[in-house]
Amino acid sequence: MKCRKCGAPAAINMRQHKLALCRSHYLEWIPEQTERAIEHYAMFRRGEKILVAVSGGKDSLALWDVVHRLGYAADGLYIDLGIDEGISYSSKSRALCETFAAARSLTLHVVSVPREYGATIPEAARNSQRGRRKPCALCGLVKRHIMNRVCREGEYAALATGHNLDDEAAVLLHNAMTWSGGYLVRQSPVLSATRPGLARKVKPFCRTYERETAAYTLMSGIDYIYEECPYSEGSSTLYYKDILNRIEEDRPGAKLQFYLAFLQAKEQGLFAPGASGEAELHDCPQCGQPTSAPGKCAFCRLWETLGTSSAPFPTPHPPTTSPS
Amino acid sequence: MRRMETSSSPATLIHRGKRFEVRCGTTLRDAVRKLGFSPESVLAVRNGELVTDDRILQPGEEIQLVAVISGG
Repeated sequence: MKCRKCGAPAAINMRQHKLALCRSHYLEWIPEQTERAIEHYAMFRRGEKILVAVSGGKDSLALWDVVHRLGYAADGLYIDLGIDEGISYSSKSRALCETFAAARSLTLHVVSVPREYGATIPEAARNSQRGRRKPCALCGLVKRHIMNRVCREGEYAALATGHNLDDEAAVLLHNAMTWSGGYLVRQSPVLSATRPGLARKVKPFCRTYERETAAYTLMSGIDYIYEECPYSEGSSTLYYKDILNRIEEDRPGAKLQFYLAFLQAKEQGLFAPGASGEAELHDCPQCGQPTSAPGKCAFCRLWETLGTSSAPFPTPHPPTTSPS
Repeated sequence: MRRMETSSSPATLIHRGKRFEVRCGTTLRDAVRKLGFSPESVLAVRNGELVTDDRILQPGEEIQLVAVISGG
């Protein structure tokens, strides 16, 4: 198979786009596509400062690389969850993020959950009702809180995450299976900051296949953590991704069509305003972040229950690795 | 001594450290499907370079299948 642009041997064939490209043309194509998505969904503009949430995985590091190459002012945020018991998962992923940032002279903020709050995610999960069965919900709560806090305190225009098309399509299928109206209404390439204290969240890779982000990291020589988080085994996301890939095999482009048609239907009023049952938000009296019920937010209640950290919470400015 | 590769020598596909011997002369895509993997969920790397899945497998060659799906 030949590259459509130059006729050299192709490195990747994207059946969904009827497009095969060689390495050098692919490394141009991905940033072009990402820029299109950023502009199409009005995610952020040149001159604005954005924060990229990086995990050490392929998607977030590819995103940081792409937006940097496109000329956007992008800092990184790594949250050390302390998932190290015997496998050094967090230590490895943190080192990869630090190496990535240093090689490009980029600023990386690091927030260590065990150091700042007194317990790793597995420890907190074992000792709390929320995470006893599986720590993923608790992990999500902690990450959302910290990402929002750092984005707000650093006065970033947006928080960019590496969610790709497969992530979005899997979540969409999951929520459609249960007709979770609230989640369906909120699923979007851009989550606006609807009130002070909430960060604007954007997903520049929302139209990029997971296979494409992986190919970008491999072709760019970006070192990323290949191992899965040990707690992701048996996750519903992997289950729905597998189903969607089986469909994609027979119908190239099915995942993209599923997602884009959903966004279009939403724009055309498929979901009535208010169907989401959007809750009124309140300010948490302890940390100041928005919460759906009056009183302390779930994040503050979590650490209070565990008795590992005292209010008010520390670090208005996270530890930062700045380019020298 | 250099081993002679014959048309009956298998090719080897490696996925997450596991090695699978597969028949040559078929496409990589067909071989991946026969092993029970979705071609949408892997990328193929040969000698450090990505290759497309229409490649006809050659006797004795080794191809790494890089899993691309993650989630949690």
